[in-house]
Amino acid sequence: FSAVGYVRRCAATLNPILGAVASRQKHTLPDLPYDYGALEPHICAEIMQLHHSKHHATYVNNLNVAEEKYQEALAKGDVTTQVSLQPAMKFNGGGHINHTIFWTNLSPNGGGEPQGELLEAIKRDFGSFQKMKDKISAATVAVQGSGWGWLGFDKDSARLRIAACANQDPLQGTTGLIPLLGIDVWEHAYYLQYKNVRPDYVKAIWNVVNWENVSERLQAAKK
Amino acid sequence: FALYFIRHDAAQQNCDVTTQVSLQLALKFNGGGHINHTIFWTNLSPNGGGEPQGELLEAIKRDFGSLQKMKEKMSAATVAVQGSGWGWLGFDKDSGRLRIAACANQDPLQGTTGLVPLLGIDVWEHAYYLQYKNVRPDYVKAIWNVVNWENVSERLQAAKK
Repeated sequence: FSAVGYVRRCAATLNPILGAVASRQKHTLPDLPYDYGALEPHICAEIMQLHHSKHHATYVNNLNVAEEKYQEALAKGDVTTQVSLQPAMKFNGGGHINHTIFWTNLSPNGGGEPQGELLEAIKRDFGSFQKMKDKISAATVAVQGSGWGWLGFDKDSARLRIAACANQDPLQGTTGLIPLLGIDVWEHAYYLQYKNVRPDYVKAIWNVVNWENVSERLQAAKK
Repeated sequence: FALYFIRHDAAQQNCDVTTQVSLQLALKFNGGGHINHTIFWTNLSPNGGGEPQGELLEAIKRDFGSLQKMKEKMSAATVAVQGSGWGWLGFDKDSGRLRIAACANQDPLQGTTGLVPLLGIDVWEHAYYLQYKNVRPDYVKAIWNVVNWENVSERLQAAKK
């Protein structure tokens, strides 16, 4: 909780005209909750370092640049420019959203099985924990090109669902499903260690999935 | 690719349109991948680099202003690909002009745009990551050292027929 951010957001509410441009906060790269080497041997330190400090950082920087230009275009009523910026905002915004979720989905203390409500929901919607893992693994490996596999929550039906998204398309923004657990299968997420053998990476990542975090996300999604 | 082709062929013979359609994605992806990489290996050479000659050079100057401008435009379009894909120098038969295009994933240039592929630059991460890591621009800059301009010229000649 940031006091400065709170005051800024209040100011924005009170000054809708000035606030729109003046109080937009820049996005920042979140810290990794563990060391770069913490997920070894399942995901190597070099991948984690590049993935977090280069790839995710670039999405954050480019998102800020795109949003700044978008604000200017909004202020000028320049719809053409707004539309031309949408791919950059979807790509970098999605990249920032996805990776921010991803780092919390993983943990050096991860693996094993989920508990409680999450486990019950998985059994109800997929038959068993193993069947859910098989289904999400298959969908994730099958992504053509760059993208993500997701376990998501469908608010309408209150069911867990598996989905895949292309590139950095954010799950909720494009499908409405609430993201619970994501598996990044852009080649940069695994290539240095697993080379072209994406299935081996997807198999290994289950050793570091943070089921507590996935449970928390499910609780939040149900509200 | 061959496996999908066989299944598609079998589905066609059985008039199973549903299956044919369901296989199209795999045919496009694997077929495009096969087409693209087959072109790519011939686009590169250990004796590559330098500058194009003759008709190809003239066409580049006519359609882009200069070789340098063409390289910059193509490099920019290629680096800017979101996710996996390819940058292409292609030939537009309708206008008789060279064009730069980018395709996503393994979408084949000619099948999806009608442009005849002359030179492709693969920017799937697997094409450069082990060496260049996340720095795609460095890879795209380096690849000009191994472009086989003779092959690109041959492809232009063939495209004009």
